[in-house]
Amino acid sequence: MNMPDLQPLMPEIVFLGLALFVLLAELFIKSKETIGLMVIVSVAATAYMIPQSFGVTFSGMFISDGYSSFFKFIFLLNLILTILISIQYIQIERAEFGEYYTVLMFSTLGMMIMASAGDLIVLYLGLELMALSTYILAGFIRHDARSTESALKYFLLGAFSSAILLYGIMLLYGLTGTTDIMKLSSLLMKNGMRLQSIFAIVMVMVAFGFKIALVPFHMWAPDVYEGAPTSITAFMSVGPKAAGFAVIGRVFLTGLEGFSADWRLLLVVLSIATMAVGNIIAIQQHNLKRMLAYSSIAHAGYAVLGVIAGNTEGLSATMNYLLIYAFMNIGAFSVLVLLRNEQERIETLEQIKGLARNHPFASALMLIFMFSLTGIPPTAGFVGKFFLFRALVYSGYTWLAVVAVVFSAISAYFYLRVVMYMYMYEPEEGVTQDISTAAPLGLALLITSLMVIAIGIYPEPFVNFARLVVG
Amino acid sequence: MVEAFFIYFALMVVFCSVMVVSRKNPVHSVLWMLVMFFHVAGLYLMLNAEFLAATQIIVYAGAILVLFLFVIMLLNLKEEIATEHSVGGWPGGLALAVSFLLFALLAFTGFTVKASGKWSIQEVSRLTHTKALGKVLYTEYLFPFEVASVILLVAIVGAVVLAKKKLKS
Amino acid sequence: MPGTYLPESYLPIFIFIIIATLFGLGALLIGEIVRLRRPYHEKLMPYESGIDPVGEPRVRFSIRFYVIAMLFVVFDVEAIFLYPWAVVFDKIGLYAFVEMVIFIIILFVGYIYAWKKDAFQWE
Repeated sequence: MNMPDLQPLMPEIVFLGLALFVLLAELFIKSKETIGLMVIVSVAATAYMIPQSFGVTFSGMFISDGYSSFFKFIFLLNLILTILISIQYIQIERAEFGEYYTVLMFSTLGMMIMASAGDLIVLYLGLELMALSTYILAGFIRHDARSTESALKYFLLGAFSSAILLYGIMLLYGLTGTTDIMKLSSLLMKNGMRLQSIFAIVMVMVAFGFKIALVPFHMWAPDVYEGAPTSITAFMSVGPKAAGFAVIGRVFLTGLEGFSADWRLLLVVLSIATMAVGNIIAIQQHNLKRMLAYSSIAHAGYAVLGVIAGNTEGLSATMNYLLIYAFMNIGAFSVLVLLRNEQERIETLEQIKGLARNHPFASALMLIFMFSLTGIPPTAGFVGKFFLFRALVYSGYTWLAVVAVVFSAISAYFYLRVVMYMYMYEPEEGVTQDISTAAPLGLALLITSLMVIAIGIYPEPFVNFARLVVG
Repeated sequence: MVEAFFIYFALMVVFCSVMVVSRKNPVHSVLWMLVMFFHVAGLYLMLNAEFLAATQIIVYAGAILVLFLFVIMLLNLKEEIATEHSVGGWPGGLALAVSFLLFALLAFTGFTVKASGKWSIQEVSRLTHTKALGKVLYTEYLFPFEVASVILLVAIVGAVVLAKKKLKS
Repeated sequence: MPGTYLPESYLPIFIFIIIATLFGLGALLIGEIVRLRRPYHEKLMPYESGIDPVGEPRVRFSIRFYVIAMLFVVFDVEAIFLYPWAVVFDKIGLYAFVEMVIFIIILFVGYIYAWKKDAFQWE
């Protein structure tokens, strides 16, 4: 046997090694800040390995290219920001166990494997690794019934979606005799069993749709997002979603290229339903975490538009959007974490009434993130949507772009309502609006808000970077 | 003869699965599941996958079923607690399920059999299944195999984190 | 059916299962037919070594069992992976050895973790 080329796998190997190290170190080091710092150092080391790792190994099972690297940067960024906002938060929630950090690392490792998967088996295992870790994280506040409920719901529905994915993979294997994503398309076309292929494609799409919470596979999202610890909600509204898009891009745009007319039609229907349900139901939500859950459903609907466009332009727009979404969404959740104090959870619109009077700075940050989520210039959210819609128009889906713009306009209602509650009302009696003063959390807010504005004002480098890695 | 055995095993798997989900007493469900696992093992045997059949019995019927029983006893469910359906709209669900089934039948009846590839029945029988599996798993599928160990590791951490009574921080 | 065949070498096991089933059912059936039926209160009581039963038979299991069972499943699966590996070890050699060592090291880290967290303790 020849030794497989491990160079493309180096970031994952290093990351896994460090994750194991952190798992063991946590047994002896009591200070959780140290553990958090160790994770951040590990992320830095891994990020350093990524640019030197390009290549294909294990006979095409593992692909490290520009596309996967871009996603890996999103995952690592997501991990760092989550850790920054968690350090004090999990103390307040009395869930300060060192495993929190290791499980976050394993989840990120799963995402990295997904982004690089060149084989359906590897993809499935990466997805399981990510999902299993996320279920654990969702239930991390062990004494809180809501957190446990959220973990259980996520686990049960997630297990179903995994089974459906396996079923789809099984059918694809039965039709082609291979699980290699690169060979799927030509073998399926040669086989000519159209109906059977579409059946398999639908199965795979259902499972991926579950991971990125496309309507009608979104049912789990609001409950899970509401019950999970807020820092984890931030983590899983960005990471697993981006990982889902990474595999959608790989599987549909290369593996199932020959059936693009069929899955594109399906995705158009799903994306319209997603934008509609996400944006319209968000209007009725008074709990901010729930509202952000529906908003994240809606944003998945926008991001899919780039996949529908299907060309380099579209795919890079989706990737860009996911990067921008990572900043603005984690930013918005960070403000919620900021508002969590020893006495109460500030999660509803009523509780943030008049926040601007007590905490002008926190309110201003929330305002930036809400503007960005709506897509108002000069924030990053506008840039992301602009390139998505432009790619869509160029590939001939002008009407779909118009629909998306309309839903985007509807979303302004509930995002700006948050701003209105903060700025236009008197604070409610008996609500303590104490905010956290943790330095790492401040750093996370600084990074996210600066990036949201920086990308909004000067988007060229980011847009070109995504285009470069895809092309 | 082959068909008769296949039909027996397949029907029993379906029947047992229906019994598992329809029993009111969860312990009965688990016991039906045990019967189902044995029949699944029978199916594996007919597919020339002896090792999988053995694994099915050792891991599923042996270990995982015990885990299920523990969980049920942990929850201490009583038969009487049969809640009302909390989710409405089952006619819609049924319609969806039936149309899905029809689609599946339509698709699957069109399957045709082509060349059997490298691992034919004769080849696997010659090598024995365990050897054939080992050969593929530890060379071609080495990477997924290692990823599986990380998944098992997460399972250990998850069990301790979520279910340990007094977790040392 | 293509790809399906009758595993004839398993015929003895099949016959064994059938005989075992018949034996179990037959013993119950014959007992039902032959035995006397004189029920009275003490006889119908659940047998608890001669002591009158107290309380409900269903008691809530401790969650400790769950942790142990879960750890058992994980290491059971690990052991299962060793079988095909052992069978092909002479063919693949050092390469197989190294990959299994990596596999076991990763799980061994989990073992140390569980140990240090007192998961094997009956606290």
